Amino acid sequence: MKYAYYPGCSLEATAREYDLSVRAVCSSLGVELAELPDWSCCGASSAHSTNRWLAHALAGRNLALAERAGLDIAVACPACYLRLKTTYKEMKDDPQQREELVNLIGMPYEARYNTRHLLDIICNDIGLESVKERLTKPLVGLKLVSYYGCYLVRPPQVVAFDDPENPQSMDMLLDALGAEVRDWSGKVDCCGGSLSLSKREIAMQLVKEISEMAREAGAEAIVTACPLCHSNLEIRQARQNRLPIFYFTELMGLAFDIPEAKSWLKKHLISPLSLLASHNL
Amino acid sequence: MQYLDKSGQAVLDAQFCQKVKEASRTNIGRCYQCLTCSLGCPVAFAVDYLPNQIIRMVQLGLKQQALTSSTIWLCASCESCVTRCPNDVDILRLMDTLKEMALRERVEGREKTIAAFHHTFLKSIKQWGRQHELSMLLQFKLKTRDFFSDIDLGIKMLLKGKLKLLPPRFRGSKETRTIFQRIDRELARGEKT
Repeated sequence: MKYAYYPGCSLEATAREYDLSVRAVCSSLGVELAELPDWSCCGASSAHSTNRWLAHALAGRNLALAERAGLDIAVACPACYLRLKTTYKEMKDDPQQREELVNLIGMPYEARYNTRHLLDIICNDIGLESVKERLTKPLVGLKLVSYYGCYLVRPPQVVAFDDPENPQSMDMLLDALGAEVRDWSGKVDCCGGSLSLSKREIAMQLVKEISEMAREAGAEAIVTACPLCHSNLEIRQARQNRLPIFYFTELMGLAFDIPEAKSWLKKHLISPLSLLASHNL
Repeated sequence: MQYLDKSGQAVLDAQFCQKVKEASRTNIGRCYQCLTCSLGCPVAFAVDYLPNQIIRMVQLGLKQQALTSSTIWLCASCESCVTRCPNDVDILRLMDTLKEMALRERVEGREKTIAAFHHTFLKSIKQWGRQHELSMLLQFKLKTRDFFSDIDLGIKMLLKGKLKLLPPRFRGSKETRTIFQRIDRELARGEKT
């Protein structure tokens, strides 16, 4: 199983530990990630918010690169995922727009290759049975809530591998890792990540609601698949009694007993190490 | 909503709704004000007009009010309204279209910090091809003249290796810059909507 891996900008900097854990876990599961050569930024929220064609062109350049490589794209960041997938879908459905895109990016593009999120690939292609086979150190006793946020599941017209209101894939994955997964109503709420730097007070309010809900559900930590949610939940949580935030791949690494897993966690701003120690993990 | 200006003149723009419809490629006319969008909107507590009110403004042609509202900028792009709208109105694309129009027509909005953030973010991509957080954050601080907030956080992130000192270097950065230039050119010629 081989994919063109699109790390995206966050995974090279603020979410370095996500990138490291993704690569380690995929190699352990036999998913070959060939980094998309010469990839560039997808444009993120700022492009689609202010210039529709810029958003398509920035995403489209990467789609065309993957087409040149002849591979489907695997993405870790849900924001990149939605941007790439939106452009892929619009261009596939509308040849006239596709022609305009080709002129803008100066590369051929026929919308032949899909873009997939790694959570989708792991849960639906690899399957939970294979995940369980790799399990050497089950996360027994660790009480978690899975936080999907926005772009993994919304809008269902574009990204449709799980239910948009009550998704289950991450819950089932964490359950397969042996953790105690709590049900809660915050799993698809927005954390305000796109406003984290420009409107701090709004982000803080939304993060407060999410962390309170997680605590009420009895969770000791929140699990995410998004680098933007991860930073926002880390930096905008109130100062006291903060819940650690994990990437789902970090927990897979711990449960697979990958030696460098602990070193990923040292990059967190809210250290989860004492929580793990309390469960002998 | 205000239908008359201070001198008693009507402020409706008859073409506005049609223009927005074409640019956003969504049928705003289908909205029957069920308020599902506003009930699920995470930033409803912070906006001056709720999403359903913005749709109504566009339907009525209240261009100035829609383009100067804080709502279009505070929209967190969470896709909840798009997912839940029973009439398939793509409210997010509508908000994006209104932001794009506000910028193009140089309408002074209420949320200048957010507009400044987008500007700085894109400038950084134009320059480097990939985002370089550190220089982008410094430029954002200069632009908004907010020098002291989050300084402790920035230092912590630097120490954790979460902010790179040097910008990314790769071959494709030139191609990305060309894309920006092509789009600027076409916009200037009025070819892209």
